[in-house]
Amino acid sequence: MNLSQIVELLNAKVITNNFSPEISILKGLASDLMSDVLTIHAEDSLLITGLCNIQTIRTAEMAEIGVIVFARNKKVTKEMIEIAEENQIILLRCKYSLFKSVGILYNNGLEAVY
Amino acid sequence: MKLDFFIEGGDFARVGTASSELKKILKQLNVDPKIIRRTVVALYEAEVNVVAHAYKGSINITINANQINMVLDDEGPGIPDVELAMKEGYSTATAKVREMGFGAGMGLANIRNNSDKLKIDSEVGKGTKVNIIINIS
Repeated sequence: MNLSQIVELLNAKVITNNFSPEISILKGLASDLMSDVLTIHAEDSLLITGLCNIQTIRTAEMAEIGVIVFARNKKVTKEMIEIAEENQIILLRCKYSLFKSVGILYNNGLEAVY
Repeated sequence: MKLDFFIEGGDFARVGTASSELKKILKQLNVDPKIIRRTVVALYEAEVNVVAHAYKGSINITINANQINMVLDDEGPGIPDVELAMKEGYSTATAKVREMGFGAGMGLANIRNNSDKLKIDSEVGKGTKVNIIINIS
């Protein structure tokens, strides 16, 4: 599944200026617990979360996660965008709940990290 | 190569800046990406612990051809029972720490799982010294 499909399926808004529609995403994970994310080998996958703060971005940076989707239209700060862009992390935001976002992507072929 | 950082207790906005800086340097040094990941995950979890529990602390990192040696030395309440603190799920974190996505009692175990050597010395009422060693070769 590529990023443009993910944006379309979730009716998502791209927040960062580093969007590349052809980037291929094979796997996803969903969590609000960053310690949990840091225990999983989720390199180059997509993180769907309701936790919206600087530590979400830092966690993605350390775990080599390339794309974050913030569910339920969470407010992303300018500082979060700056850190994400500095580290080549793409941020998306959608109106759907975490559960619905995961369901849509899973039903359309995005595999779970494990 | 030596790197030094200062950590202010409670400064959640800056948690991860040392790990981020180290990651950039290790990439420049062409360290294996798997080793970089283990190193920065361990350091990031350790940074979170200092900010979450201590009043202030320092990070001293030494990188040589064979290993990355990281020492986090904090002034804080200390850990009364290090063995208990190492158990997954045990946590004394505040609500604020949990709001940041941490504090589920997984940090120290995750540091151990990503380290080649981990040593924790703690004195109640004074502070904690965490030494993380990651082998490069």
